[in-house]
Amino acid sequence: MTAAAVIGACVMGFGVIFLLLGALGILRLPDVYNRLQAGTKCTTLGAFCAIVGVGIAEPDWIFKALIVAVFILLTNPISAHALARASYKSAVLPYDGTVVDKYGELGESEEAAGAPEAPGLTAGGRE
Amino acid sequence: MSLPVYICLFGVAVAAVLLCMVRALMGPTASDRLVAVDGMVTITTAMLVLLGLFLGRRIYIDVALVYAVLAFVGVIAVARYLEGGL
Repeated sequence: MTAAAVIGACVMGFGVIFLLLGALGILRLPDVYNRLQAGTKCTTLGAFCAIVGVGIAEPDWIFKALIVAVFILLTNPISAHALARASYKSAVLPYDGTVVDKYGELGESEEAAGAPEAPGLTAGGRE
Repeated sequence: MSLPVYICLFGVAVAAVLLCMVRALMGPTASDRLVAVDGMVTITTAMLVLLGLFLGRRIYIDVALVYAVLAFVGVIAVARYLEGGL
C-alpha cells in the first residue's frame, strides 16, 4: 500500500462522508429550498473530493478524473438554480419558519408598478 | 488498496443513495422528488468513479462522465417542465 493510495483513500473518505451528510440533509430538512441547499452543496463537495481522491490514488487517471470532477463542479449549481426556480414558479410554499422572501417581494413590486424590468436593479440597489 | 477500505467507502455511498431514495419515495411534491433524484445522480456519479478504482477498470470514468452529462440534461428538462415552459 503506497503513500499515494493512503492519501487518496483519506480524500475519498472525506468526500464520501460529505455525500452521506448531504443525503441526510435531503431526508431531514423541512422544505424544498432547504433540502436543495443541503443536497447541492454537500453532494458537490463530496463528489468532487471522492473523484479527486481516485485521481490521487491512481496517478495515471488524474486527467480524466479531473474532467469529471470539474464538470460536476460546474453543472451542479446550474441544475440547483433551475430546480429552485421551477419550485418557486410551480408555487411550492416555503415552510412556516421562513422569515424573508426577497424574490416574492420583488415580483409583487414589479406587478404593482407594471414595469417589465425592476428599476431598482438597474439603478444600483433597491431603496 | 485493501478490500475492507473499499467496502467501507462504497457502503457509506450506498447508504447515502438509500437516504435520498427514501425522500424520493415519500416527498410531498414533485419538486421534492426531483431534488432527491438530483442528489442521487451526483452520488451515483461519484460511486461509478469509485467502482472503476475498485475493479481496476479505467472505462468506468468515461461511463461516469456520460452519466453526469445525461443526468444534467435530464434534470434541466424536468425543471423546465415543472416551471411550465416546456
